[in-house]
Amino acid sequence: MADSIKNFVLGVFEDEDVLLKAITKVRKEGVNIHEVYSPFPVHGIEKALGYNRSRLSIAAFLFGMTGTCLALTMMIYMMTIDWPMIIGGKDFLPFPTFIPVTFEMTVLLSAFGMVGTFLVISDLKPWGKAKMFDIRSTDDKHIVAIELEKNKLNKTKITKLLKASGASEVNEKQMD
Amino acid sequence: MHVESKIRTPLITGGKTLHDVSNDISRRVEDKPSVSWLIALGISLIMLLVGGYAVYRTLWDGIGMWGLNKTVGWAWDITNFVWWVGIGHAGTLISAILLLFRQRWRMSINRAAEAMTIFAVICAAMFPLLHMGRLWLGFFWALPLPNTYGSLWVNFASPLLWDVFAISTYFSVSLVFWYIGLIPDFATIRDRAVKAGRTISASIYGALSFGWDGAAKTWSRYETVALVLAGLATPLVLSVHTIVSMDFATSVIPGWHTTIFPPYFVAGAIFSGFAMVLTLLIITRKVYNLEDYITIKHLELMNIVIIVTGSIVGIAYITELFIAWYSGVEYEQYAFYNRVTGPYWWAYFSMMACNVVSPQLFWFKKIRTNIAATFIISIVVNIGMWFERFVIIVTSLHRDYIPSSWGMFYPTIYDVGMYLFSFGFFFTAYLLFSKYFPVINMAEVKSILKPTGETKKNK
Repeated sequence: MADSIKNFVLGVFEDEDVLLKAITKVRKEGVNIHEVYSPFPVHGIEKALGYNRSRLSIAAFLFGMTGTCLALTMMIYMMTIDWPMIIGGKDFLPFPTFIPVTFEMTVLLSAFGMVGTFLVISDLKPWGKAKMFDIRSTDDKHIVAIELEKNKLNKTKITKLLKASGASEVNEKQMD
Repeated sequence: MHVESKIRTPLITGGKTLHDVSNDISRRVEDKPSVSWLIALGISLIMLLVGGYAVYRTLWDGIGMWGLNKTVGWAWDITNFVWWVGIGHAGTLISAILLLFRQRWRMSINRAAEAMTIFAVICAAMFPLLHMGRLWLGFFWALPLPNTYGSLWVNFASPLLWDVFAISTYFSVSLVFWYIGLIPDFATIRDRAVKAGRTISASIYGALSFGWDGAAKTWSRYETVALVLAGLATPLVLSVHTIVSMDFATSVIPGWHTTIFPPYFVAGAIFSGFAMVLTLLIITRKVYNLEDYITIKHLELMNIVIIVTGSIVGIAYITELFIAWYSGVEYEQYAFYNRVTGPYWWAYFSMMACNVVSPQLFWFKKIRTNIAATFIISIVVNIGMWFERFVIIVTSLHRDYIPSSWGMFYPTIYDVGMYLFSFGFFFTAYLLFSKYFPVINMAEVKSILKPTGETKKNK
């Protein structure tokens, strides 16, 4: 579909500190940044872009609690309710012996739940195709992608602004 | 007054740029396999094949093929299990605990160490699984599954069952942690392949990279995931060897029934794990010319971890002897007296020499910054750690409560073959990893290039 093709201006940055200053500056001018692509995690970039803190740690906690409950329910049902047995002279609810398995199940569900959530919300999957604005962004360049249709400023103004804030080159690209 | 703090030794030398990092690491994946790599792979596969025969006989004829007897019911199999699991502790320790402590030097070594961890845990898991004899029934013995005995469930009061949960959780969480870290690097290799027009490798690494594009939003989530996984993996890595030690400590066998086992085993695990990381990395670094990434400083820091954990292990050995004497229990006293002076004195002596004495040489800066010395001591430490487990297991068992049932353990060639099999698997897996996966975490190294590389200093 021709109308779904969007026009982007791409600012290419070499240095992460220049990049961070540029993002802050460009956003102050009222430019709406589509996304920034980097070869490595740049510290402070989420703050500069105004992203909220990821809530994945909350997900991890909830999955972990699920694991704890699941492990305890399983063991109490099996060892205390379904087939009670005296093992090592302990009573039918030998809680201390449940601790290791409870801990492991908590960690297991927490880790898998969080990573699964991360893969789903970030749309990462083996059959996923990466939409690369600039192939160098997995090598040594930081790419600031700005969608023209979503901005009041025109192409030349954005280009000028990016150049002024330290972009080594400014390119254009159409993506669907 | 202008005060400038002392510049630390750079972690990455050679004035690398971001592009150099991609180049140096990805090139190893893209190059044709070298002759020496093929020879090494061939040797590993032969070990796997020869050892595979021992595994086949063990499965077909039963574990009677091993040298076990009625008195010594656990010997090489559990020794190998604990040894491999111990080795499998360094990777997650490096990537999780050192991440929480913000130790940037971990970044050059975590990938290879984690890979080694995963392969070592597979090698470890093999031994208890094969010791079950009828492996195919193991699911019902080890997992809480409904069965034909009217749901006679597995025993959650048994440390052996805790081990099943601990090892499988540790393995799968380490695998996930490792893979999440690999995704951005696979994307780098994918895009290099796209650029060079290599379609097959572009699609393979494309699938492996899960469609990673390096968006800031994804990186921010990735960082959260890495931090939380590190937080989860830290107690996990400590729990695994704690639970392994409980296989022994919760029993009533003199020599095993010891409360210091958990911390002592964890220290020993880190000790042997770092030694194995050193052994492998010194070779990898040399063969792949990674001297700028894994510098002498990295080796030195790992050697310091070895002195610390080696000394903890040494103190544990002496504490054990002291407590046995101090307990006043004659069985306990005899177990340790026999351990030091009995027919297995040579195993005890090897353990002491390799684990307590040899790492003390690292107090000398000349030795801990010397590659050849580090390499030799790293191997000596792993020999010592194998003997430690052998000493704990066999010397505690071979003189039973009744002198008429005293015996010795003699391994058969099938015991040796099983051990060979685990080595064959380990080296095959490591060789394949080091050829087809990026051996150094490119994305993380790039992130520390500016603050800790040499380029910054020279500007």
